[in-house]
Amino acid sequence: MATFQHQRLTPWLLLAPQLVVVGLFFFWPAGQAIYQSLFTQDPFGLASTFSGLQNFIDVLHDPEYLAAFTVTILFTLSVAVASLCIALLLAVLADRVIKGSRFYRTLLTWPYAVAPAVAAVLWSFLFDPSLGRISHFLELVGVHWDHHINGGQALALVIIASVWVHVSYNFVFFLAGLQAIPKSLLEAAAIDAAGPWRRFWTITFPLLSPIMFFLLITNTTYAFFETFGAIDATTAGGPGGATRTLIYKIYEDGFKGLDVGHSAAQSVLLMILVAALTLVQFRYIERKAHY
Amino acid sequence: MRYRRPGLDVFSHLLLILAVIAFLFPVWMALTAATHSRTDLYTSIAPLWFGSEGLHNFISVLTEPIPGVGASASTMLLNSLVMSLGIAFGKIAISMLAAYAVVFFRFPGRALCFWLIFMTLMLPVEVRIVPTYQVVADLHMLNSYPGMILPLMASATATFLFRQFFLTVPPELLEAARVDGAGPWKFLWDILLPLSKTNIAALFVIMFLYGWNQYLWPLMITTDQSWTTVVVSLKQLASASDALVPWQLVTAMALLALIPPVVVIIVMQRYFVKGLVDSEK
Repeated sequence: MATFQHQRLTPWLLLAPQLVVVGLFFFWPAGQAIYQSLFTQDPFGLASTFSGLQNFIDVLHDPEYLAAFTVTILFTLSVAVASLCIALLLAVLADRVIKGSRFYRTLLTWPYAVAPAVAAVLWSFLFDPSLGRISHFLELVGVHWDHHINGGQALALVIIASVWVHVSYNFVFFLAGLQAIPKSLLEAAAIDAAGPWRRFWTITFPLLSPIMFFLLITNTTYAFFETFGAIDATTAGGPGGATRTLIYKIYEDGFKGLDVGHSAAQSVLLMILVAALTLVQFRYIERKAHY
Repeated sequence: MRYRRPGLDVFSHLLLILAVIAFLFPVWMALTAATHSRTDLYTSIAPLWFGSEGLHNFISVLTEPIPGVGASASTMLLNSLVMSLGIAFGKIAISMLAAYAVVFFRFPGRALCFWLIFMTLMLPVEVRIVPTYQVVADLHMLNSYPGMILPLMASATATFLFRQFFLTVPPELLEAARVDGAGPWKFLWDILLPLSKTNIAALFVIMFLYGWNQYLWPLMITTDQSWTTVVVSLKQLASASDALVPWQLVTAMALLALIPPVVVIIVMQRYFVKGLVDSEK
């Protein structure tokens, strides 16, 4: 790569804005989180004493934390599996039809632009116990719906809204992946008398599996973080903690409960979890680059 | 093409159209609800067709302070717009400069800078939300645009994308520019910037959506209502009263919150797909 030589100051001038922003708003807070996680603060934030790993031990023994962990896993799995399956089905269909595939692409990707919080509010209107269309329909088939009282239904509501937003994201990636598969492969299989079903499972699906793996990780991070808005705007973690995810608990403990030490310890635990996921993703990208 | 099956094609179209309708359904119900009065809404279940109060509802949301929030929707739309444009342009600018330095210069400490910036890819802002709040409070940036914008710019997605693109620029281009006596700033401004147009457009779409749809961060640092964004205000409006939720206003607000990003995604569809696929690679 050709480069500019004998420039001492210019590269630093160019890097300065990004380094300042990253330093102030990334490394400082991340360092603070690690530092605070090792201390116990009194509720007024006046004094803090070093307590080693006590915060972490407390957090890991806290039944509420473990409950939040279970909710997060359940929530993440449901959102990822449902949105991946629906998106794959729609992408395969949109890839099949030659006429109107651009039209379908536009009409199936726009929900990605809707904020999870807005989506959740729209869906909570459909499921509103007194005037929602869907809850009314459910009443007719014998299901009484009230997500303000029923924890399982509250969780289902935020899952549905999150899936609605995220199907379009997966759809874009699946469609791009499908369009990159050489048509000659499928035609050769067709000549060998493989039916559409068999062609899909023996050719298309294996070729899509790298994308599938990548999406599984991005879907997990989506369900972990970006869905905070969906939860806060509709159920606020309730009823009775049924929709309290790990990120929601950090927010509640640190910001509402002012329990800085325990919240920081949770932040650090979550950082480790996410960093591990990202490393897996990086390794995978490197592997793909070496093909 | 032996493997075409007309019957399967009809079936595909049917399912796709069904999906399109299912995707539109929540927005349709919001549209119809936003055109009724509250009394009308609560006389039976949510209406499937429009009422006559649409204009009235939207005008009252846009001009009067919203119950439970205190600011009008036009103030909040402005806040959302400033925040998302600030994040989009700010992030593109600092990322492009940083990527330019990392790719086109050799200097001591380059590798370290590279890793410092790329480490931010690992942790989204939500993970370190409480300490970031304290930092912003220490810097006296609560209830301000810089406080809403800057912390969300601390991520390397755009830097990474620019770096990938700059690495594909043929070295002859730089040689030629140097022979003609162009310095680093002139090369950046006259050659790299025009070449990056498509990438900038793609990134702009992604960053605009990211900024507009932020929830947790603006919720935490805007304690004064006049700084609230549209997306954040929905919750306060929906849970304002203990009595009946004013759904005609909530749905009107939700529509105002989703129309700008949806318009951007539809108008710039090509760039959106490129931006999404590139920035996540």
